Amino acid sequence: MPSIVKPVATHPSLQRNELGLTIRDYEGSMSTLCAGCGHDSITAAIVRALWEVAMPPHMLAKMSGIGCSSKTPAYFVNGAHGFNSAHGRMPAITTGANAANRDVTYIGVSGDGDSLSIGIGHMCHAIRRNVRMVYIIENNGVYGLTKGQFSASADVGSKSKRGEPNQIPPIDPVLLALSIGATFVARSFSGDKEQLVPILKAALAHRGLSLIDVISPCVTFNDHSGSTKSYLHTRKHATTATEADFVPPASEILAHIAQNGVTTVTMHDGSVVRFRSVPESYDPSDRARVTAYLLEREKKREIVTGLLFIDESLPDLHEANKTSDVPLARLPFEKLCPGAATLDKLQEDFR
Amino acid sequence: MQQQLRTRINDFAFKLANVNGTGSASANGLLMQAIFRMGIPVSGKNLFPSNIQGLPTWYEIRVNKDGHTARSLDYDLMVAMNAQTYARDIREVRSSGYVLYDSSWPLDGSLYREDVHFLPVPFAQMCNENFADSRQRILMKNIAYAGTLVAALDIDMPIVEALLDETFAGKAALRDSNRQALHIGYDYAREHFHCPLPFHLEKMDANGDKILIDGNTATALGCLYAGASIAAWYPITPATSVMDAFRQFCERYRRDPETGRNNYCILQAEDELAAIGMVIGACWNGARAFTSTSGPGISLMNELLGLAYYSEIPAVVIDVQRVGPSTGMPTRTQQADLLECAYASHGDTKHILLFPSDPAECFEFAVKSFDLAERFQTPVIMLSDLDIGMNDWVAPRLRWDDSYRPDRGRVLSEEDLKSVAKFHRYTDEDQFYVPSRTLPGVHQSGAYVTRGSGHNKFGGYTETPSEYQEVVDRLARKQKAAGSLVPHPKVQTRSGAQIGIVAIGGCNPAVQEAVDLLAADGVQADYMRICGFPFHESVERFLYDHDPCFIVEQNRDAQLRSLLTLETCVPKNRLRSVLVYGGFPLSARLVVEEITKQLEVTHAVHR
Repeated sequence: MPSIVKPVATHPSLQRNELGLTIRDYEGSMSTLCAGCGHDSITAAIVRALWEVAMPPHMLAKMSGIGCSSKTPAYFVNGAHGFNSAHGRMPAITTGANAANRDVTYIGVSGDGDSLSIGIGHMCHAIRRNVRMVYIIENNGVYGLTKGQFSASADVGSKSKRGEPNQIPPIDPVLLALSIGATFVARSFSGDKEQLVPILKAALAHRGLSLIDVISPCVTFNDHSGSTKSYLHTRKHATTATEADFVPPASEILAHIAQNGVTTVTMHDGSVVRFRSVPESYDPSDRARVTAYLLEREKKREIVTGLLFIDESLPDLHEANKTSDVPLARLPFEKLCPGAATLDKLQEDFR
Repeated sequence: MQQQLRTRINDFAFKLANVNGTGSASANGLLMQAIFRMGIPVSGKNLFPSNIQGLPTWYEIRVNKDGHTARSLDYDLMVAMNAQTYARDIREVRSSGYVLYDSSWPLDGSLYREDVHFLPVPFAQMCNENFADSRQRILMKNIAYAGTLVAALDIDMPIVEALLDETFAGKAALRDSNRQALHIGYDYAREHFHCPLPFHLEKMDANGDKILIDGNTATALGCLYAGASIAAWYPITPATSVMDAFRQFCERYRRDPETGRNNYCILQAEDELAAIGMVIGACWNGARAFTSTSGPGISLMNELLGLAYYSEIPAVVIDVQRVGPSTGMPTRTQQADLLECAYASHGDTKHILLFPSDPAECFEFAVKSFDLAERFQTPVIMLSDLDIGMNDWVAPRLRWDDSYRPDRGRVLSEEDLKSVAKFHRYTDEDQFYVPSRTLPGVHQSGAYVTRGSGHNKFGGYTETPSEYQEVVDRLARKQKAAGSLVPHPKVQTRSGAQIGIVAIGGCNPAVQEAVDLLAADGVQADYMRICGFPFHESVERFLYDHDPCFIVEQNRDAQLRSLLTLETCVPKNRLRSVLVYGGFPLSARLVVEEITKQLEVTHAVHR
């Protein structure tokens, strides 16, 4: 429905954030996805999270590859640059973009085809490099734009719309990410905005790559009975491992965090993630135990959701490369070119 | 019968046959550098295997007082240090030439040739007597044969000793053993042979302030001076040394003295798809970024080169060409990526290409690549090759003009954007059909979605034929316009020229020499070296003005000729091909032989 243009009128009573912007200022163009698509709910959660953290629109870059998920950057924050690139290549392009300008916040929106098949190498290496970005996988287990082929996240036995069961084992992006050094790993459900918004806010504050796997049912090709990525199946099998609150930095609330029964993780910028109702002995900073917990739950066919793992201590791409604090793309030419006298002198090495 | 060669000064070639991984490269480099310091025009061609240790490897040195330093096929002397290849090495020496070999073991009688002189030196035996350590015994054999050559060819001993002192500054023990080995070989030669040989060296002053440098190092310097702050790459022969050199220069010149932070970022990517993706992401964000690769990498980069072309993002790619197809011969040279690069990616795509011919142009054209990429908001591929990139060349000293300012193209500033009511990405084109672009993180009114999917001139998604065509038609005009700004062809004319010769890149030294040799044979040729694509308008004029035109290139399928017939209106039958593509650097003799043969055929037909 690309012909429908959203009206720009804003109701005067709409709440404004620190920048004086309403939530409408974080919206994008009208979605052209199917009515009821899980992706649109995720878009709404992104809009909400960005508005709540008062992200200046022009300091955001929306990155994507190809697929239904990759269309969504057009549907949020019109005031931000977007890059709807090529299938699977978003993590590589974002790595370069991030290297060039560390001041911009990057949200990459990808899908299970984009990230777990054609671009799985790029995703893994972006995770290894700990490129500071929010990396969302809108995971529906199916190729939507090409009409219903299984993706690499389809569970064994999950049935296609034509009734054929998937035979080959799925790739679980959460377990994969944990195994290759991811520093922020979460899973959520597109239908659970209350869980997703605080995760997104914490992800935006994380200094490194924040991987968020969001189960996002495809209403057209993968919402039938027999599918394990349907609304019904996900609602039935999702169990919340952690409930996370995100507390922004330098906030009064800091002093009032109840320590009893609450696990807290302080982020690099001073903000805090509070984990409520975590299972006993669950430590979101212990990679091995988180992995063991997830494997154990998986055996019981549970889809574990929440902010599952966080490690704020590891260096991101810029720290690891000791790059200048001024974005490389903004360095004046004089800082980059050593000049004629130096060239003349260094050529003595070639005599 | 052995004949005595007539005395020749500063005009001969010799070849060193070694075993890969035994340390011969440093001895050969030492000889080359010493001759360079004697002020004599010299070239060294490393003909090496795709191997770390054990396979045969050769190094050829040619000296020529007239400055002709293309690969020579006439070897006056063979330094046969590899028993595995004795047979073919001895066969290659010209009649009346010399073979220097390690006589610690007897030479198989069947290898003797009546018409060459053998110079037996017991290198292994002498090194075993003089050095205790087994690794040193192997390494010092190389310096020992270098010493023999110093005597045989009259290489200036003080220069060689000074070079050893520089190399082993602060490592007195190593310096002493190297000096010892050098003199072992030198003294033996003086004692046993008539030194120097009839062909030998005499100091000249032909090198002035020139430098001895390989093209990959010069390319890296160009990227450094152009202000590239981000480099992404995947290791590949023969391009790896571009990034090795870039890293070394960055460590020296790009570390902020106050903060200790790096004003650069080098990303070793997971593959070439990622490498070009990173470059595109960085350039999209306003940095100058590049990748270095070879043919197999270009194959992988095709997809995203199309994205950058269509969405109009600058990118610089250095393609150091090697022998294809597929893995091909990674350590051998060719010019076979021309068509692949010119039209890389699916759909209607065309790219700007630059063809440097030596390290000095690698430096100059690397800088130019960034200016053109940003001016035209499109990928620019600089096509070097293994011969230029990895061999040491005597090159004109690199010059830098401190008044140079990078051409960042049409990028709207924050100030510009404040006064813009609504920015549209692909409107507002200039005389080169280039629109203005905006960068993330600058101002909200510059925001738009960059996309590789069908878009109209406003940057919006479209599937409407007229809107789609409007954009791609402008891209074609833009591409054509770039032909006026790529480096112009270099043309050399001769009075009474009967034919034209056209070449690119690393063919240049051989073709220059061939033009002189042909003239001596009574065939006058005008010579045009093409430096960029899209072709400058004068390229087509030259082709029309010369019949026939010989297109000299290093690939099987006459790719340059194909490009010329595709992109100009010149009749195909006027363009003849001279093709040399076995993987070794071009030599003038092959060019002359082929042109002469074709001209004789033509004359025979006309008679």
